[in-house]
Amino acid sequence: MRPPANSELDQQDGISHLRHDFDLDRRDFFKLLGGGIVVGMAAPRALAQESGARRRRGDDVPNTLDSWLHIGEDGRVTVFTGKVEMGQNIRTSLAQQVAEELRVPVASVHMLMGDTELTPYDMGTFGSRTTPQMGAELRKVAASAREVLIQMAAERWNGARDPIAENGKIRDPKTGRTVSYAELTHGQKLMKVVLADPPVTPAEGWKIAGSAVPKKEGRDFVTGAHKYTSDLTLPGMLHGKVVRPTAFHARLVSCDTSPVEKVPGALAVHDGDFVGVTAPDKAVAERAASVVRAQWEAPQQPSDRELFSYLKSHPAEREGFEGNEQYVTGSVDEARSQAVKSLAETYTVAYIAHTPLEPRAAVAEWKDGKLTVWTGTQRPFAVRDELASAFHLPEASVRVIVPDTGSAYGGKHTGECAVEAARLAKAAGKPVKLVWSREEEFTWAYFRPAGVIEVKSGAKADGTLVFWEYDNYNSGPSAMHTPYEVPNQRIAFHPSDAPLRQGSYRSLAAAANHFARESHMDELAHALNMEPLEFRMKNLKDDRLRAVFEAAADKFGWGKQKSTPARGFGLGGGFEKGGYIATCAEVAIDRDEVRVVRAVEAFDCGAVINPNGLKNQISGAVVQGLGGAMFEAIHFDNGKILNPHLADYHVPRFSEAPQIDVVLVDRKDQKSMGAGETPLTGIAPAVANAIFNATGVRLRSLPLVPNGLRPSSA
Amino acid sequence: MAYRLLVNGTEHRVDASEDESLLYVLRDHLGLTGTKYGCGEGQCGACTVLVEGLPVRSCRIPASAVSGKKISTIEGLGRGGELDPVQQAFLEVEAFQCGYCTPGMILAAVALLDHTPNPTPEQIIQRMDGNICRCGTYPRIMEAVQRAAELKRKSKHATAG
Repeated sequence: MRPPANSELDQQDGISHLRHDFDLDRRDFFKLLGGGIVVGMAAPRALAQESGARRRRGDDVPNTLDSWLHIGEDGRVTVFTGKVEMGQNIRTSLAQQVAEELRVPVASVHMLMGDTELTPYDMGTFGSRTTPQMGAELRKVAASAREVLIQMAAERWNGARDPIAENGKIRDPKTGRTVSYAELTHGQKLMKVVLADPPVTPAEGWKIAGSAVPKKEGRDFVTGAHKYTSDLTLPGMLHGKVVRPTAFHARLVSCDTSPVEKVPGALAVHDGDFVGVTAPDKAVAERAASVVRAQWEAPQQPSDRELFSYLKSHPAEREGFEGNEQYVTGSVDEARSQAVKSLAETYTVAYIAHTPLEPRAAVAEWKDGKLTVWTGTQRPFAVRDELASAFHLPEASVRVIVPDTGSAYGGKHTGECAVEAARLAKAAGKPVKLVWSREEEFTWAYFRPAGVIEVKSGAKADGTLVFWEYDNYNSGPSAMHTPYEVPNQRIAFHPSDAPLRQGSYRSLAAAANHFARESHMDELAHALNMEPLEFRMKNLKDDRLRAVFEAAADKFGWGKQKSTPARGFGLGGGFEKGGYIATCAEVAIDRDEVRVVRAVEAFDCGAVINPNGLKNQISGAVVQGLGGAMFEAIHFDNGKILNPHLADYHVPRFSEAPQIDVVLVDRKDQKSMGAGETPLTGIAPAVANAIFNATGVRLRSLPLVPNGLRPSSA
Repeated sequence: MAYRLLVNGTEHRVDASEDESLLYVLRDHLGLTGTKYGCGEGQCGACTVLVEGLPVRSCRIPASAVSGKKISTIEGLGRGGELDPVQQAFLEVEAFQCGYCTPGMILAAVALLDHTPNPTPEQIIQRMDGNICRCGTYPRIMEAVQRAAELKRKSKHATAG
């Protein structure tokens, strides 16, 4: 098994970009789906947009497709995409965009997603890229398909002029005659590549995209009919359980699996440092795992008590995405003397856990030398490659299928559970289901990186920023640039040799960097005796960011209420992944207890595809962001997680969710961008600033109030 | 050991160890996978089912302990293809994202509304605080529970009328 990679795009290294071959797929395609027409988009264009990813030679094979759709002989539309659904609602938002361009009802668009055998290669569902990239691409694909159908109708009518596509039909405006898509595709086996410049419908003219279309297959979620990976059953399937080491980096010194033989139906698997069992049901598997006598030896490891000094004293040199990075403009040293107010403060963020409610799960089946694994992952193709590598198989012998997943939040990029299930299934000679326990999920997954962020700044008496120095240790470089106008800047990211396994988390480091920057801006405003929003606006030119600050402040009634020791108001905002965000928060303080009672979040991600789904995403991101802001923290000592249970790891509950008002700034003139991540980034600084506003206490560590306003016992 | 379980009005014969949890008997023996594993410690409520109308963490009780009692799971809600008002309200409000917590939320809400037909927001929070939605859809779930209460009142009126 390969060691985990550190970040989103690091994980691309070593992944060969095996692509679907056009001719092969044509045969497979029509065999699978029957006749009709297929319209796809050539791959290299999309691949070139994957900034930061290393491209291998031979990727520019022209006869490969990156996304495609099929219109069957019955007129049914099937869209093939390697993206996966895990609650972000892209099954619906992508279908809406296809339906829009094809002029068909959303219900007639079927989305086939995240299946390495049937869908085109995709790097993964992360980075808020589904909407700007896959959405834009599918709109082109669908617009091209519409043009193909129009052309087919024109030919059928001997060159009728300007036929119109509407409601699943082509109509001749002159004679009024119509022909359905099904009639046009009947008996066809036609493949087309996207036109150079297909006539994509501008957002101003959208009828289906841009509207609150209900979640596709929503009914299955309220009836319990939807099958997550952990719900799947195959004939003869066994249940697995892995025997875990006692600490991180532990080596297996000795292992006696013979007691497992006495557990009826159980089988032990011991391969290198991997020990696991299979059994006919989960209870028996757990019992069998508990009787294995394994001895582990682990090295001495750091604890969270020394976390922040450890991160600073253990620098790592890395290249590429999330590698060492420094940006300099002007001269900070020369500018210092111009500042009448200077500040230097340090902010920290703890390790936190994604805690998807569905833990990692996989069902693995070996059949005729081929391995098929159903698993909840954000990166089906990378997991396929992980499996191929672990079992020395050609990629073509491995298929990964991702059922709509019980959330991930950046935490399911890797395939360890899939590899484990496959190893157990191989030994058992039967399909095996493996579902990680909550404790395993808390311990053996990876974490949102902890970090130390040092900010030094200076401003003139009138509030004009003159210098900005920013050093981020280990947390990550996402959104570490300031959106404010500062002539002299030095901004750097310093990776560390981290004490825990860490990786992607919803918004990456943008949450930490927004917290540090927007807290610091508040501190500067206070030092300058300026109103915090006014101070920001004075140093902000970006119109879209100004607009969301204004929208949030307006809805919130910013400045209308005076703070008291029991009531405070704060704000924070920024720009990341194409989205502009501003958040206002109101906190209520009762002795040591802090409660966030109200939040207003304004968000601009360009032209909105589905306002209802988007509001749900934004509001949910505020709640999730609140957890990391207020109380979530992973505690660890000497290679062990000290709070690997929901009883000890505090995630937001009903009683902690504030009233949330979402203001959508729908910019139909702007490209649609992703919204899964950036809406999480405004709440932490807004809350920290609100606590200061009420109490005068400046909190510079996330989580802010794990023990209320009492000093942390740790 | 063998015992009988009365689930959604159907009696099942179960052969499982005495301490096997109701959750795994439902999921693995009876194929009722709408009830979810979330934590195994009774902290998240994903495994909520109703036993004699009361919400129970099925991960924390042995199935053998509820032999003979009336058990309801998400699969047993609604009638003849019609959704239960609580399911209907969750769907209308779209009170879910990934949906993994939804069955547990719906059953917790069913129990709440049976006991308190017109709950205040404070009562909803109090009775459902043991159910976690990691996607953070709490405000919508609150709205859905209130909408469900409304739907139930309407259907009662219709029946009464």
